This record gives sequence, structure tokens and C-alpha cells, in this order.
Amino acid sequence: MTQTALRTKNCRPAVDETEAPRADVLESDHGFTVLVDLPGVLQGDVDVQFENGELTVVGQRKTAKFARTFRLNDQIAADKIEAELKDGVLHLTLPKIEAIKPRKIAVRG
Amino acid sequence: MTTFRLDPFGDLSTEFNRVSDELNRVFGFRAAVGGPPVTLWTDADNVYVDADLPAIDPAKLDVTVTEGDQLSIQGERPAPEAKDSAWVRQERPYGKFARQITLPVLVDADKVVATYEHGVLKLVLPKSEAAKPRKITIK
Repeated sequence: MTQTALRTKNCRPAVDETEAPRADVLESDHGFTVLVDLPGVLQGDVDVQFENGELTVVGQRKTAKFARTFRLNDQIAADKIEAELKDGVLHLTLPKIEAIKPRKIAVRG
Repeated sequence: MTTFRLDPFGDLSTEFNRVSDELNRVFGFRAAVGGPPVTLWTDADNVYVDADLPAIDPAKLDVTVTEGDQLSIQGERPAPEAKDSAWVRQERPYGKFARQITLPVLVDADKVVATYEHGVLKLVLPKSEAAKPRKITIK
């Protein structure tokens, strides 16, 4: 029984082929900006997750699934990540945690 | 049995392409942009064209139909701003693009409707009367 179930699962047709959307990643002292091209995708069709320094964007576009994972680092303030979908582009802002931002130290004479 | 690699320079050539892409980006030599991916389908009355054009100013798009079946989509995608930032990855195309498509039937260029929604340019091109399917009555 289990064997059959497994076999059926492994023989699925290639319907769930996943596309990897194009993306830009920028890093500044303050954090990362990730831009993902998702033309024709609506707000409800995309999920964004951040876990262990990895950002994952998954969703459905027309008949195809898309997924993309970005390994950033774990020095991101996960609770301050912002995402906006506009004109088919997903804009993600991932601020770095305060402690690791470069800081200018005043030297006292 | 002798085994050999089909593509002995595979890794090297991938690496070469990556470096070459990077150099092109840094020095501003960009490969000609091939134009947006397009989906085209028809029904009895219209030809439909969807072109993926994320983050484009629709006012700056130039869509023309000439000779009844030559569709041209031209425009420019602005370069992304990288103020005070360093590129980690740059894959999204920018710059001028043009796409020329021969439609499967003649259309009425005066009645084409174009809309831009969620980063997709949607065109509805009514088939010209002569191109519409006609039911022939058998006498």
C-alpha cells in the first residue's frame, strides 16, 4: 500500500515545474533591498518568508509555480522586513540589526 | 569502458560567462535586450497579446501595428538606482527594448485596445473583417 503511494508520488507528471524569477539584490550599510520581477502576479499569489538568514519568495503565476531563495545573513532584523508588490515587481526591504551597522566612533583627544 | 565528459569546458565556460556578464555590467556593454516575453492567442473575433513588462512607465511604451499584421512594442526600462548600495546580484534587464511580432491574421489597427496592469501589457487586437471566419451556407 505504502509502496504504491510512494510510486504514484514519484511519478507525478512535470506539472509542478518551478520557475525562478529574475531578481536584483543590493546591499547597503543599512540593509538589503531585493527586487523580484513578478509580472502578472497579484498580492495574494505570493508568499515571502525569512528564516535562518534565508529569504524565500514562492507563489503561483498563471499555471506555473515560482520559487526563489536568497541566502543573505542572519544579521537582519526579521521583524522589520517590508514587502510591497507594485507593477509586477516585488520590493523587499530587509534592514540590518542595529548592532552590526557600521558606527563612527568619535576619538576623544 | 571509456568514459569521457561531453563538455570538458562546462564549468570553465559557465565561469567565463559569469565573469563576462559581470564585466559587461561594470563597463556598460549590455547585450541587446531581446524584448519582453509574450503570450499570444486568438479567438473568433480578436488576437490577444500579453507582454511581461514589470515596472515600466506605460506612457513611454510605443505600440504600433503596421500593414495590418506587424506588431511592434518598444520602450525603455529605467536602470535601477543603487544609491549608497553595492550590487550583490543584478539579473533584471534594463535599457531599451524592442519586440517585433508578425500576427497570425490581419487586425484592425484603429481599434486596438492596450492596457497595463500588474506589470503586464495587455493588447486586444480585433481581427479585420476580411480575416474573420465566415460561415458558408451550402446551397
